[in-house]
Amino acid sequence: MSKIAVVGNYGPKIRSDCQVTLEITKNDEIQIELISKVKDMFGENIENLCKDELKFFGIKNAKIKIEDRGALDFMIAARIETAIKKLIDTEKNYLLPIIPENQFETEKGRLRRSRLYLPGNTPKLALNAGIHKPDAIILDLEDSVAPSKKDEARIMVRNALRSVNFYGAERMVRINQLPQGLNDLKFIVSHNVNLIVIPKCETAKQIDEVNKKIATLNINNRKIWLMPIIESALGVINSYEIAAAKNVVSLAIGLEDYTADLGTQRTDTGTESFFARSQIVNSARAAGIQPIDSVFSDISDMNALKQNVLKSKALGFDGMGCIHPRQILVIHENFAPTKNEIEKAQKIVDAFNEATEKGLGVVSLGSKMIDPPVVKRAQKILTMINSNGGSK
Amino acid sequence: MKKADKFVKNVAGRMVPTIVNGKKVTPFQGINKFKPNRKGASPHVPTTINYPKDGNKIVESLKKALIKSGLKDGMTISTHHHYRNGDYVANMVFDIAAELGVKNLVWLPSAAFPCHAPIIEHMNSGVVHHVEGSLNGALGDFCSHGKMEGLGYLRSHGGRFRAISDGEIHIDIAVLAASGADIMGNANGVLGKHPFGPMSFSKTDAKNADRTIIVTDSLIEFPCYPWEIMGNDVDFVVTLDEIGDPQKIVSGTTKITKSPDRLLIAENCAKFVEAAGILKNGMNFQAGAGGTSLAFVHFIKEMMVKKGIKARSMIGGSTKFLVDMMEEGLTDYIFDGQTFGLEALSSLRDNQNHIPIDIFDIYDFHAKSNLVQMMDVIVLGSTEVDVNFNANCVSHSDGRMLHGIGGFQNCMMAKCTIIAVPTFRDRIPVIRDEVTTLVAPGELVDVIVTERGICINPNRKDLIEATKNSDLPIVDIHDLKNEVERICGKPKKPKLSNEAVAVVEWVDGTILDTIKKVVK
Repeated sequence: MSKIAVVGNYGPKIRSDCQVTLEITKNDEIQIELISKVKDMFGENIENLCKDELKFFGIKNAKIKIEDRGALDFMIAARIETAIKKLIDTEKNYLLPIIPENQFETEKGRLRRSRLYLPGNTPKLALNAGIHKPDAIILDLEDSVAPSKKDEARIMVRNALRSVNFYGAERMVRINQLPQGLNDLKFIVSHNVNLIVIPKCETAKQIDEVNKKIATLNINNRKIWLMPIIESALGVINSYEIAAAKNVVSLAIGLEDYTADLGTQRTDTGTESFFARSQIVNSARAAGIQPIDSVFSDISDMNALKQNVLKSKALGFDGMGCIHPRQILVIHENFAPTKNEIEKAQKIVDAFNEATEKGLGVVSLGSKMIDPPVVKRAQKILTMINSNGGSK
Repeated sequence: MKKADKFVKNVAGRMVPTIVNGKKVTPFQGINKFKPNRKGASPHVPTTINYPKDGNKIVESLKKALIKSGLKDGMTISTHHHYRNGDYVANMVFDIAAELGVKNLVWLPSAAFPCHAPIIEHMNSGVVHHVEGSLNGALGDFCSHGKMEGLGYLRSHGGRFRAISDGEIHIDIAVLAASGADIMGNANGVLGKHPFGPMSFSKTDAKNADRTIIVTDSLIEFPCYPWEIMGNDVDFVVTLDEIGDPQKIVSGTTKITKSPDRLLIAENCAKFVEAAGILKNGMNFQAGAGGTSLAFVHFIKEMMVKKGIKARSMIGGSTKFLVDMMEEGLTDYIFDGQTFGLEALSSLRDNQNHIPIDIFDIYDFHAKSNLVQMMDVIVLGSTEVDVNFNANCVSHSDGRMLHGIGGFQNCMMAKCTIIAVPTFRDRIPVIRDEVTTLVAPGELVDVIVTERGICINPNRKDLIEATKNSDLPIVDIHDLKNEVERICGKPKKPKLSNEAVAVVEWVDGTILDTIKKVVK
């Protein structure tokens, strides 16, 4: 092992992060050098955190330099811990308390219209993610994290799960592609993650592996849901089995990798992915879970996003990923039932209630007989409106 | 001479000097409690026969014009900031003064910008004694560290205009850049090769200085009309190859912010304005050019279009965005104090409803009526606010002075003044127990809008009532402060010495607060 570890990010454009340079020395003392624009306000606090953490890991002889750009305690703690773990072998974890706001578990059928992607090693973006009111946030360990930064990101994501208030958004983490992703689980499972996203999923067996690993780590026996992303031709073929696997509540599709796998490219019309998207919707519905669409990557074109959402809704999807907070409202508004749909749903539910009261076996609206699934869908629409305000 | 002496506690509870740079000053007495009772400025009275009969006041160089104006030790020299960060003139003036061996000048800019950092050298060498006006960036830092010979004196745009016109400060020489001027000194900012817009900030300088020098890079054949500065007020005209770079007027202020958090803040402002019933036909409002202010206007525009609402007037910082709104029929008039970009410039030149305004008309405490008081809503940024709604826009939480007051204090007189701020910046909480520097007393700040909630001043029962049934995230400011401190930690107070480096003047000329030297 090397004697100096450098982790984190520092530079004029970096905000809410820090770089930690740690060296294990031979002198029996801790030397701390702090460079920070918030030194006057928080310098003592940062130095105390640093000392406490080094003590926790039993380090008595070290030189540590913290170059800070306004990082919060959980970020600084993560950077220091990563640096320590690069230099010494330890099974210990320096854990800050889980904030009360992050104690909740989520329901299987919860709304999952939007999930906001947050690169796992860029803590600044996590800080204010919740204020934009996505249904879920997703701390990403996969594609948005460089291979050499995975260690940093795992600890940062763990700390964010414990310390950042996401204001009621469901807390998701996207692990790395299996089998590497299995190693991510110990950093997130017992830290109150609500849902784990499994990228490039191809078989139900992979879901079993994840479930088994979670079971060994889930010491508090909390509810942890799964959302596999189908990103290959094989995944599409196996999608029903994947959707029907244990703890899976949503099935998502990732079109960039899927189209690459097909040997084609994404187009605006989406003809190349029509089959796969329909298959995902069909498999998810067959398994009684939510079908979730791919992200829309042009963050400047809100009108194109709207058209995309409407198309997605028409295909039967319940939600999609987003990569910018401004996409959230457009997604919510357009996945929401329209005024016509709501009015019709209300009429159907009223007719159903009336029929039930009168003890009638058949529900009818005007001259039309209404089948039970139609009633069920109408009830679902009204529930969605009541829980979220619906479209405006 | 002590920079600042005989400190007293003013009614805002701040320790302020009653003697600044050797002159007696009045401590802040409360909002609208003090009426400056002066007879006005008393500039040197000229005689026509002392000026060329043919009206030709061209002098071959700025140096010559300054010498002819009698430049000497201890004088007060004023410049304007219509070229903003692209201004060349102020630096030239003090380079010449240095060359001539003149000392202890007072620089009175309408605002300073990073491009004026070379003035620091002139302060180190004693050419410039101190700055009255705004102290931005490097200049502010220099002053914050106690390196300026005299005490910094911060005034708002309206306060500067007032102080010059009522004689609180006397300008010996005004050196005013004009994009177009004729031989007589009739001048404006819309003609010539490098137009910048109205000359609003400099009008009082031309009227009240002993000597006025017009500096231009484009000599226009007489008459140069419209004449915002009248040749009859001008002593000398100097033509130079370059006086400023209009490209640098923009300095990033005219684009709608892309930051999702700032967009959310701007959207919350617009929603508040709608919920409070301010958004209505015939409204008058200020539409600033900064990133968040412009985003606010963007959201207001969406609401206006959707609801079929038309404003009567908007005050800018005019930009293409405002001009488009006028052309789309969303406002009848634009009042313009500073123009950003070519589209806004041509609109100002060609559209009668795009009106250049004088700082006197909008902001001056001596005006017999005041446009800013007629504004239904104004949105401002700020470095800090506190739980008593006091606001700071000049110093950061570490005590360093980094920004001018601009129109901040003057805008407090609007019917509804909103401060739009993030709750924290890079771990530094923006909502504090007490602002580091008091620039606007809390009784004038009506609403604080953040990304995490909206706080309404308890004095504004009408606004509280109007928005109580809305779905806006209205929160108590103490709760919001606590939430932010849970995220960031509770900050320690900055280490400041007792030595004063600058004072903040209130719009009426009284001293509101003292800025202390930063301890390193």
